[in-house]
Amino acid sequence: MKTLVHVIAELAGQMKRDVRFMEVCGTHTMVAFRTGLVQLLPPNVKLISGPGCPVCVTDTNYIDAAIDLCRRPGVVVATFGDLLRVPGSESSLERERAAGAQVRIVYSPMDAVLLAQQSPGRHVVFLGVGFETTAPTVAWSIQAAHRDGLNNFSVLCAHKTMPGAMEALLKDHAVRIDGFLCPGHVSVITGAAMYRFICDRYRIPCVVTGFEAWDILKGIALLLRQRLDCRAEVEVEYSRSVTEQGNTAAQRLLHEVFEPCDASWRGLGTIPQSGLAIRPKYAHFDTARTFGIQFNQADVAPGCLCGDVLRGVLTPPECRLFGRACSPAHPVGPCMVSSEGACAAWYKYEKRAAA
Amino acid sequence: MCLAVPARIVELNGNRATISVEGALRDVDVSLVEEPRLGDYILVHAGFAIHKWDRSEVEELEAIRAATDLREVPA
Amino acid sequence: MNRDRILLAHGGGGSLTRELITRMFLPRFENPVLQPLDDSAVLVMDGTGYAFTTDSYVVKPCFFPGGDIGKLAVCGTINDLAMQGAQPLWLSLGFILEEGLLLADLQKIVQSIGETARATGTEIVTGDTKVVERGKCEGLYINTAGIGKVVAPNRWGAASVRPGDVVLLNGTLGDHGIAVLSQREGIGFSTSVVSDCAPLWPLVKTIVETGAEIHAMRDLTRGGLAAAACDIAEAAGAGISLEEAALPVGREVRGACDLLGLDPLTIANEGKCLVFCPEEHAARVLAAMKTHPLGKEARLIGRVQPGPKGLALLRTTIGGERILDMPTGEELPRIC
Repeated sequence: MKTLVHVIAELAGQMKRDVRFMEVCGTHTMVAFRTGLVQLLPPNVKLISGPGCPVCVTDTNYIDAAIDLCRRPGVVVATFGDLLRVPGSESSLERERAAGAQVRIVYSPMDAVLLAQQSPGRHVVFLGVGFETTAPTVAWSIQAAHRDGLNNFSVLCAHKTMPGAMEALLKDHAVRIDGFLCPGHVSVITGAAMYRFICDRYRIPCVVTGFEAWDILKGIALLLRQRLDCRAEVEVEYSRSVTEQGNTAAQRLLHEVFEPCDASWRGLGTIPQSGLAIRPKYAHFDTARTFGIQFNQADVAPGCLCGDVLRGVLTPPECRLFGRACSPAHPVGPCMVSSEGACAAWYKYEKRAAA
Repeated sequence: MCLAVPARIVELNGNRATISVEGALRDVDVSLVEEPRLGDYILVHAGFAIHKWDRSEVEELEAIRAATDLREVPA
Repeated sequence: MNRDRILLAHGGGGSLTRELITRMFLPRFENPVLQPLDDSAVLVMDGTGYAFTTDSYVVKPCFFPGGDIGKLAVCGTINDLAMQGAQPLWLSLGFILEEGLLLADLQKIVQSIGETARATGTEIVTGDTKVVERGKCEGLYINTAGIGKVVAPNRWGAASVRPGDVVLLNGTLGDHGIAVLSQREGIGFSTSVVSDCAPLWPLVKTIVETGAEIHAMRDLTRGGLAAAACDIAEAAGAGISLEEAALPVGREVRGACDLLGLDPLTIANEGKCLVFCPEEHAARVLAAMKTHPLGKEARLIGRVQPGPKGLALLRTTIGGERILDMPTGEELPRIC
């Protein structure tokens, strides 16, 4: 470990200016802060957090729709724990549960299918958020529900895919990105070749990185090496899990159940073809269709700068609400409530700097 | 995003497997990996196996953890 | 944002609990005995110090590996007394029973209460029983209050903690929380982890008998080590620095935490405590702790420092540092 830190220092010493590497995976944000590895980096190497937390990039109107559903008699909203405390315009699923709504935390989308099987008198809506790692598990669950002929299960789909967002960040000149640490587990599914267009079109190096502190430091070292060599390639640091082609069975499943659609990313706006929509074949498992959900205008709480934080334009302490009106106990925006949001990570691990 | 944890298959029944993460057991779906076998190490996310590891890859992770973890974990 | 209701997180022992206490309760009950918010209140009568505490037990399920709600109800209150250096003497026992509760289950729990109390020389001297309609409480809720006689020669409490003190811990983290979680429906994992629920008075007695100077003790309950360290740091107005490499976490607890995306430092314990004492007394205290079954894994895990005031810090295994923050109160299995 010490050697790796020295290698980074030595490489960074040869850089003529600051470098800014962006990670686009909330788990990378969390590990970086939880292990304190950011403190081991030389001052001219900046690790910035991008929109890698699927909860953080989900618009308020999705939460509002989920809240509207959980208030309906006979509906149970099943969700990953990550979404429970995210504020909508006026409430959160946590607060709705306290007021008596049926909100259930599940560990797997298949738990939601099981719940539907066990509760024939009620309709289970599963909140489908997550990127390419999670979407195949939801796809499989939809197919399982289809095979079982379930008519009381559906998914409120807000799945998103990474490449479009990464490209949008590069086109948005508000933030300079000198390299990407690419999300390790998304890449297990999609394969590393997915990022090649970033290197070819934008000349930005990409390293697919694992989730031990060691992996992240190695990823940073590889990016520094590429910058010094003036290379822009896709390298796989996380070779124990990631291949060029990825998990083809999972990819086929994604293709069978979902189709690409335009998606609204909090802070980034609408990015073409960056979301997943449930295909017409599975329309009866699409909550938005079966319940006639119209997503209202995506609103942002006054003063909330999650969007800027997600783009890497601001660090959390630069938001006026950080640590004051907005804290993990009383979050205003999703970056503070999500366990992987940049603001939550800063607050938990770096609060002192803002104090 | 994507908390995924390495786990070992300790029971296998068609598409369902019981996996162990250092003794913590859970049932997961193994439909997304090819030919899972008893004793295989897999990466688990949201109740599904998303990748199968071979022995050398497991050893790589163990080596990384040993190199960076000074923690004494009682048996 | 609608903020007019109690949330589950308010009962988690974390920041929301603390908020409720400091903003709603304290201002209305203000008095110098309550103010320190230590594990027990200390009352002096005729020159003798008595510790007085109360706790309610709502654990679900009522039976878990390593114990049941009855054993917990006795241990939890005994431990709060022990943390003030008080020998537990008398307990009150209040039951709220759900209509439909099996008498056989109640019998087991009552037996457990009796056994645990007897083992520590504590007497149940008064009690109460109420029954509520089916569905109004999950099986049963228990409240116990306890009185103990302070035998420690000096006042133990966060206010006595000073920079330069060391922090000792008697054993592994997270056992109780994981044992209980594994029995809860809907989480769907199993483990052979057993709750560490145990009365700490015999261990504390061993420590008192060394004659070493103790400044404070705090048992780890809901919110885990993180909540306890944050509480003491804030109450002492000092900084606490802990070494991640020194923190003992059982292999299976770590596996369960990895599986569910939980942090072992925020998971509940019921037989573990922190000891704050001057560094020069640490060796003596540790040696004594290790002679007792509840202290076999005892070790030094950190130090109290002048700053940053009110914060608990963790030096990580890779040599970085992070703030140990107060958990918000409800630990949720995550995918992200």
